[in-house]
Amino acid sequence: MTAEDAKISAYAHPERLVTTEWLAEQIAAGRVGGPDGIALLESDEDVLLYTTGHIPGAIKIDWHVDLNDPVNRDYIDGARFAEVLGSRGISRDTTVVIYGDKSNWWAAYALWVFSLFGHEDVRLLDGGRAKWIAEGRELTREVPEPTPVEYPVAERDDAPIRAFKDDVLAHLGTPLVDVRSPGEYTGELLHMPDYPQEGAMRGGHIPGAKSVPWARAANDDGSFKSREELEAIYLTEQGLSPQDDVVAYCRIGERSSHTWFVLTHLLGFDSVRNYDGSWTEWGNAVRVPIER
Amino acid sequence: MSSPAPTPLPPSLAEIAEDFSSASNDLKLQLLLEFSDELPGLPERYAGHLDQLERVDECQSPLFLTVEVEDGTSLDDRPVHLFFDAPAEAPTTRGFAGILHEGLDGLTAAEVLAVPDDAPMRFGLAEAVSPLRMRGMVAMLARIKRQVRAKTAA
Repeated sequence: MTAEDAKISAYAHPERLVTTEWLAEQIAAGRVGGPDGIALLESDEDVLLYTTGHIPGAIKIDWHVDLNDPVNRDYIDGARFAEVLGSRGISRDTTVVIYGDKSNWWAAYALWVFSLFGHEDVRLLDGGRAKWIAEGRELTREVPEPTPVEYPVAERDDAPIRAFKDDVLAHLGTPLVDVRSPGEYTGELLHMPDYPQEGAMRGGHIPGAKSVPWARAANDDGSFKSREELEAIYLTEQGLSPQDDVVAYCRIGERSSHTWFVLTHLLGFDSVRNYDGSWTEWGNAVRVPIER
Repeated sequence: MSSPAPTPLPPSLAEIAEDFSSASNDLKLQLLLEFSDELPGLPERYAGHLDQLERVDECQSPLFLTVEVEDGTSLDDRPVHLFFDAPAEAPTTRGFAGILHEGLDGLTAAEVLAVPDDAPMRFGLAEAVSPLRMRGMVAMLARIKRQVRAKTAA
């Protein structure tokens, strides 16, 4: 067993994470793509990054264009989700592996949205796009043409893993994790460094929220820290417990998807919800309490 | 009631807008990637001197730009030159810069200042890359015009 395999097997739900080595073996064995194969999806912040070159067999999925409703501030519905997956040759029982840029932010976001629809077997590639490239592995510009399949229309089940503003108001006093940068947490910044277009009227954080910037869970190469290191941050330092009912938030819910993944799948917390309205809702809402 | 006709784009930019508008979403992304690939690198005098460039914070990934305006007697005979720097991992941002470079570099200061602020929204790109991402290009154009205005002020 390699050191990476040992790291992954120590997580609460090791089946949620695959290594670059494992993926390379699956590709070499012809097990990626095709009607019975693994579906490999790339989910990036930059909508063009996939087009510049991607892991062989990977199909693009875009958080804006594919997963968000084009009109309402919400995710797509079950019928649209069935279309998005079916057109990519993904069945309800397909193993889906997602990877992306920026330490898998957007990959974790896509995985969380897949989870809203109850897609059972969905995993992340540890380290994402950056690690694959750093290891000198193959990239291609060849875009697969999957044979469309029938994906059932599954109703989105938000309640277990998604929190809305009213849920958060009712949740005040129980654990909240603010995963934004320290400047956003204290209210000095009304937006994330480098992202002023997603600002808010008020700065600060939701009362009682603990500040744990999402990137603390990632190594420099984009992979997740070991279970031991993660426990030191979330359990020892922050005093959270896997039995806690936790809500995580950021600015639009993508960085907090990364933390949601860490708490739920790597540390085995029972009840973690992602508040995707996050600061762009809370910091613009009238008469909600704010702490600075 | 009819609304006033929109301010026209300069021919070089109008041609690019036409290419994008008539393309499918997939083709729009291919075109944008070509602009990203073809964005000229910084000339020697700027390479390694990003502090001499203006940082465009509105882009999702950092972009630096600067403008040079040649000498002349009026805004109508002073050509404008544009310089950009953005990392290869940010092809969308590079693509936006490439469009502006191709469409505006070499125009006179007067022509650049006359480019309507909503020009980036006339490429039909929003549906391919999402409206949120278009804000970066709007911000680039605004900063280019601001620099031209500052550099031609008497």
